[in-house]
Amino acid sequence: MGEAASRVTEGREEGQAAESLVLQRLRDQFGGALLDVKVWRNEITVILRPADLVRVCRFLRDDPDLAFDFLSDVTGVDRLKLPEHSPRFEVVYHVYSLQHRRRLRLKVRVDEGEAVPTVTDVWPTANWHEREVYDMFGVPFEAHPDLRRILMPDDWEGHPLRKDYPVEASPRWWEEEPA
Amino acid sequence: MTSTTRTMTLNMGPQHPSTHGVLRLVLELDGEVVVRCTPHIGYLHTGIEKGLESKRYQQGIPLTDRMDYLAPLSNNLAYVLAIEKALGIVVPERAQVIRVLLTELTRIKSHLVWLGTHALDIGAMSVFLYCFREREQILDMYEAVSGQRLMSTYFRVGGLMADLPPGFEDQVQAFLNVFPSRLGEYEDLLTRNPLWRQRTVGIGTIKREDAIALGLSGPGLRACGVPYDVRKAHPYSGYQRYQFEIPLGKNGDVYDRYQVRMAEMRQSHRIATQALQKLSPGPINVEDPKLVPPPKPLLKKSMEALIHHFKLYSEGFHVPAGEVYQPIEAPKGELGCYLVSDGGPRPYRVHFRPPSFVNLASLPKMVEGRLVADVVAVIGSLDIVLGEIDR
Repeated sequence: MGEAASRVTEGREEGQAAESLVLQRLRDQFGGALLDVKVWRNEITVILRPADLVRVCRFLRDDPDLAFDFLSDVTGVDRLKLPEHSPRFEVVYHVYSLQHRRRLRLKVRVDEGEAVPTVTDVWPTANWHEREVYDMFGVPFEAHPDLRRILMPDDWEGHPLRKDYPVEASPRWWEEEPA
Repeated sequence: MTSTTRTMTLNMGPQHPSTHGVLRLVLELDGEVVVRCTPHIGYLHTGIEKGLESKRYQQGIPLTDRMDYLAPLSNNLAYVLAIEKALGIVVPERAQVIRVLLTELTRIKSHLVWLGTHALDIGAMSVFLYCFREREQILDMYEAVSGQRLMSTYFRVGGLMADLPPGFEDQVQAFLNVFPSRLGEYEDLLTRNPLWRQRTVGIGTIKREDAIALGLSGPGLRACGVPYDVRKAHPYSGYQRYQFEIPLGKNGDVYDRYQVRMAEMRQSHRIATQALQKLSPGPINVEDPKLVPPPKPLLKKSMEALIHHFKLYSEGFHVPAGEVYQPIEAPKGELGCYLVSDGGPRPYRVHFRPPSFVNLASLPKMVEGRLVADVVAVIGSLDIVLGEIDR
């Protein structure tokens, strides 16, 4: 337990160094594949092209210095109402290294109808997360083993978390048949 | 006549007492053995993430209570910490200690419901009654601080709704005094009980590598021996100043998950005891009138206070444009709040990483190839809350 505690403080002091290590390794390996890198509130965001996503993820998981073995979360953002709104959708991955206690955010951006390659082969936990993004935003995932709606009914029309989907509206299938 | 299929499809839920809410499982059975298990969720989907986008930051807090309704204050904490991280503020010491004290009591409260219902599912009725007796004491504390027993919404961006009421420390101390012996009673009923062990030892086993790959977190992951606890790995609210241990299991079965949660309640008791000692007088909110409403009596005397009050309740505060991910160790596992701000008074996008959602996804791995009777034991050991899964 003492060991674990000391590692935490170490990690906090070396926060800056650890950040640069992750980015250094990624730049060495992929260079131009990193479209943009942002650091805000000590969190690193790396923006990738959809085509590069799977190989970068595989590298992040398998490289022993990085070992991002735990996919915390996958979610989406509809950028329709942001100043910069093209491509429209953003799929956001939060990956974590249990060994090095580091977190990293990856993003890919796609337009309506474009698919994102699935990362279920890298982290099986992505299965349900990607289904949720598909359900809520209508972003399809290429080669996903089981791409169905997960929260909404199968015959639902529309994708609720899109910015042009109204907050308050009676769903069509709920309306009574005209007499 | 020859039979063409050997398997039978059984629909379990969504109205089944052992599914802890509205979970529906489609089980493909070969005799009594589960060949395939397909969970269907969404029956409790209330669009909380969508709703939060149309509410000001402070207005959104009550919605978060309704995700994991057994641990409302943990949800509050993830949400307010994410906003505070984006704002770049840290709440005063007293507020941090109170937050730790109450979230640890919340963990005990959540684990008590888990223990009671899990045991009830397997057939041990009396444990449930004892657990709810102790839970009642924690609900009384919720009521004392916020006026609400279940959906307390006590945490605020920048601090707390109000300071602790007089006599609250004694109330907590009275609970902390009796709780270890009560925990001993539950363990006397279960830990070495041969019936309990038969239903839990070696059941629903998951390997360490599979657990990590499936994103399992919280007691389920720690029962496989992975020492990942957000409170230790990335301390928030001052957890680095408390002495506690991360209980670990070895086999990753239902029994180890039981052992880990029982040990966690002892650790939570330990943290709560320390928090009570650390409690010293001081401010409970950050001193920023743009974030925290002024005290009511001041409105009649100070023009600035009135303006701030009006602005806060009509427009709210603005959060700098950017994005943050704030994980906390909720009773069920890693609860993460991903917040995207466009600089306005309402979040542009809020997403919660609900631990129950991810943990439930590993259910098929735990039950396939096992007996149908074990499904009930495994669901209980995952400690899911459908309000959080469906949001």
